[in-house]
Amino acid sequence: MASTPIMSGLNTPAMPAHWRDFLALTKPRVMTLVVFTGLCGLLAAPGHIHPVLAFTAILCIALGAGAAATLNQWWEADIDAKMKRTANRPLPAGRMDRQSALHFGVGLSVFSVILLGMATNWFAAIVLAVSILFYVFIYTIWLKPRTAQNIVIGGAAGAFPPVIGWAAVTGDVSALPVALFLLIFFWTPPHFWALALFVKTDYAAAGIPMLPVVSGEVATRRQIWLYTAIMAVAALVPVLLRLTGLVYGVTALAGTALFAVFAFQVYRRRESDPARMAPERRLFKYSILYLFLLFGAVVVDRWVLA
Amino acid sequence: MTPEEQDQIRARQKSRALVTGLLLGFLVILFFAITLAKIGASHSI
Repeated sequence: MASTPIMSGLNTPAMPAHWRDFLALTKPRVMTLVVFTGLCGLLAAPGHIHPVLAFTAILCIALGAGAAATLNQWWEADIDAKMKRTANRPLPAGRMDRQSALHFGVGLSVFSVILLGMATNWFAAIVLAVSILFYVFIYTIWLKPRTAQNIVIGGAAGAFPPVIGWAAVTGDVSALPVALFLLIFFWTPPHFWALALFVKTDYAAAGIPMLPVVSGEVATRRQIWLYTAIMAVAALVPVLLRLTGLVYGVTALAGTALFAVFAFQVYRRRESDPARMAPERRLFKYSILYLFLLFGAVVVDRWVLA
Repeated sequence: MTPEEQDQIRARQKSRALVTGLLLGFLVILFFAITLAKIGASHSI
């Protein structure tokens, strides 16, 4: 990130790591969606939580996500070194030693879980701990290097924040947070595979079995369309179960229809040149906006219009 | 180690110490606020 690489490769650097490199390990940009969905889960939950405790809960969700991202980079440092997109991260660029990253990741994990348990409740803390462990052990270490379906199961790790936000208020989990979990869970495959289509060469160089590398682009495009259909059902579950109101219903219908149009365009195409993949890039960008819109609509429904 | 490298190490240690100090200060305020919120919640029950 900001500091100068002292040594190239993955050797122990002579220079102590810059604090900005510790911050970079937590992937602050990726955290935005995690924090937003966690906040929406918290705001949509019935009951009252003190604003300070609500802030602490969101902070812990962010710290937990940062800890998981740090441990992911600690484990994948040599893989990251092979990809242009990730080669300048603190570990592959040689600006930090791996042990510092491991200590930082474990420390941040433990701190976020304990702080959440003390500030809100231990059920929410356990869910946060499970989400970190799931991301590190099930996704990063087990699934990612072994199967092209890594994103499908691993996506569950990113689906936990609204459940944690909800649990921080109520101390339990009911139908709506489960529905929101399913929405993110089925949203993840089309979101990441759209990205994998136009950064395919990077994943191939690192030997990561991303779907376009293993099964080819046609199969990836078909899977994007398939998971979009399942995601559409998941998006409408809160409406069908009457867990949300008109605002979410209209947003989910219109937003999902547009998602399906973009996904169908991607499904029909046979372009293999990443430079000419405008519809794939559009689907990827829209998928982020889509999740923001739907989660925002849940809060508007449950909170503002209540 | 050259004097330039030593200066760079000291500068980096200083910036890390400053950020750590700021974070600790933030945590002191946060834990105080959490304590007040918890005490307030237990009194209102």
